Amino acid sequence: MAESIPVEHADGHADHGGHHEMSFSEKYIFPLDHKMIAMQYMFTGMFMAVIGGFFAYAFRMQLAFPGINVPGWGVVTPADYNALVTSHGSIMIFWVAMPVLIAAFGNYLIPLMIGADDMVFPRVNRLSYQIFLLSAIIILASFFVEGGAFGGAWTAYPPLSTKAEYSLTGIGSTMWILAVALEFVAFLLGGINFITTAMNSRAPGMKMWDIPMVVWMIVIASILFMLSVGPLLAGGIMMMFDQQLGTAFFDPDRGGDPILWQHLFWFFGHPEVYVVLLPAVGIVADVMTVFSRKKLFGYKTVLYTAIGTGVLSFTVWAHHQFVAGIDPRMANVFTVTTLLISVPIAEMMFVYIATLYGGSITFKTPMLWALAFIFEFLIGGITGIFLGASGNDIYMHDTYFVLAHFHYTFYPIAIIGTFAGFTHWFPKMFGKMMNDNLGKLHFWLTIIPFNLIFLPLFVLGAAGQHRRIYDYQNFPELSLPWMQDLRQLATISLCVMLGAQLIFFYNVIKSWMSGPAAGKNPWRASTLEWTAASPPPHGNWPEGLPTCYRGPYEYSHPDHEEDYWPQNEPA
Amino acid sequence: MSAGSYPPPVRLVRQEHGEPRVISNGVLGMSLFVLTEIMLFAGMVSAFTIVRASAAIWPPPDQPRLPFEETAFNTAALFLSGVFLFVAQRRFTVDRRSARMPLLAAIGLGGFFVVFQGWEWVSMIAQGLTMTSSILGSFFYLIVGTHALHAIVAIGLLVQSLRRLQGGWLQPSQLATAAVLWYFVVGAWPMIYWRVYL
Repeated sequence: MAESIPVEHADGHADHGGHHEMSFSEKYIFPLDHKMIAMQYMFTGMFMAVIGGFFAYAFRMQLAFPGINVPGWGVVTPADYNALVTSHGSIMIFWVAMPVLIAAFGNYLIPLMIGADDMVFPRVNRLSYQIFLLSAIIILASFFVEGGAFGGAWTAYPPLSTKAEYSLTGIGSTMWILAVALEFVAFLLGGINFITTAMNSRAPGMKMWDIPMVVWMIVIASILFMLSVGPLLAGGIMMMFDQQLGTAFFDPDRGGDPILWQHLFWFFGHPEVYVVLLPAVGIVADVMTVFSRKKLFGYKTVLYTAIGTGVLSFTVWAHHQFVAGIDPRMANVFTVTTLLISVPIAEMMFVYIATLYGGSITFKTPMLWALAFIFEFLIGGITGIFLGASGNDIYMHDTYFVLAHFHYTFYPIAIIGTFAGFTHWFPKMFGKMMNDNLGKLHFWLTIIPFNLIFLPLFVLGAAGQHRRIYDYQNFPELSLPWMQDLRQLATISLCVMLGAQLIFFYNVIKSWMSGPAAGKNPWRASTLEWTAASPPPHGNWPEGLPTCYRGPYEYSHPDHEEDYWPQNEPA
Repeated sequence: MSAGSYPPPVRLVRQEHGEPRVISNGVLGMSLFVLTEIMLFAGMVSAFTIVRASAAIWPPPDQPRLPFEETAFNTAALFLSGVFLFVAQRRFTVDRRSARMPLLAAIGLGGFFVVFQGWEWVSMIAQGLTMTSSILGSFFYLIVGTHALHAIVAIGLLVQSLRRLQGGWLQPSQLATAAVLWYFVVGAWPMIYWRVYL
């Protein structure tokens, strides 16, 4: 109980003088330091990403080569297939995108970028990671219980998800809900921390418009998360009661309503897209300004469009339900709001392109990732316009076109955005430079196969290939030779892409062990985190916290001889 | 500072350093938490409203009626508890020790509310309204139970504030943090009463 009460004592700050030697468990297992908690989130997220990728490999092999004995998994049974697909989706969104983009980057960057020594609630922060870890253990453990892991798809529509005879899973479905709910509690605690820290412990002189964009974006994303997660938590409790207590919230025979779950789920589910998008957009803003040596074109525009997107994102959820039997007049309304939301996002993209225009661009690895983010996300966004129009969606619904569309949004967000941020801040996190050539090799071997996975799936989806089908051989019109060829192309590309990640892990470990020292500010960037030592010590600036004098993106300023002007340098 | 023996408030490390803050950390953090809780209850209550509106016959014919007169009385008790807490906060800024009585009254009335609800549950179950007997029972216990859980946690925070007050180390922001949650519990109840009982 005492853990969760925000008190105004400076918990965990008493030892900032550096006199107190911390034990191993204080420093690495139960840390209060925001940087160590960020690393815990980062590496847990990466571990889960490897698992999620392995699941994708297993079910893609089944689709490309039906009935094959998949190396590393074995024969994929129908129940296995359902569990793999469900867990791939859940893990990649809730245990990879969110912990890495919001929790890891938020924990690492917010205090450093606003010139604070730590989060305002370090103990809440530690509790947040512990709950998150527990949730990750529960979702993985569900593979080993009787009946296996949840097989009701990551959207968990009832009655499929509430009745064991439909989803073919027993206790695994309740474990899935429990894990998701705990994960939400963890991010709720984290979000409270991020917003309060960014609002209350900024360096002196750092006004609202001097906050780096990535911090703003994580704050806005946290607010969106907190506003949207309540209804889904309510729905989760109701679904758990339906499964375990025999209530009938979603059972139409006994007075319930199965469509109710879809509303509760997508009221959260759609803002969730922007919850993970915004931090990635913020990371790209920071990377792009540094590597094009230009001020962000329209700082306030990006901020206002992010807020506008956030507000609109609460009004679009029923575009997931065009075929669920909602009133066609409602479908018109949601079509309009869905197409409207592309306006602020498009404006954001224009701002980024304008930032690049006339800049002195250097193509370091982080910059390549940032540019790829813009390019790939645009494909995801434009195909979203097709699906947002209800007339078209009725044909496209539940085909691979939808699947390819949301992978073209989530992949740039969760993978490309993360790589942009990770390679950009790696020198700060570990004090070493990454190998740029290996980084570029890894970049191209990830981006090209990524497109070769999902471009064929657009074609297959437009040809009518439905999702969530275990074996297309049972559907003669969907197992034509050219379709099977495209499926195999996608699967082989996936294997190449997963293999290419070994380059990344090798590069990380090699650079961490024996890379050249980075120094404080290898990219010559102007934000505050680059004025701390690399890696920053406990307390970030033991010599005294910095003071802020100007905005975050003062590159190539005419009044300053150097091409960057650090935020903490007096005029 | 009227009580001379009262120790000076603990200053946060960064209060000398950094932008001046408008709201204390605790109050801001708790307000954000309450924001999520408002959406949690909004989700449950609107789900109930939709199910109720789309039912052919409402309320379910073979189910007991919810006791709205007794609950109206209980609603008044909860509201009064919120008023006492407000008085306690006001007195705390003037004379810290005089805040004890209204805080005690707020806790007492809050405890009364929870116990009264528990008694009501027992009698409803005796009359045949259970979690699984009908969709009305499912939603009734879900929404009222979630509210009661919040009430119990908030009373725990108030009791902790009372102990700190008696020990002489209660900070205004600590009392305000607990109060934010309690005002939420008090403020959410009339909405629940209106949508669920009436």
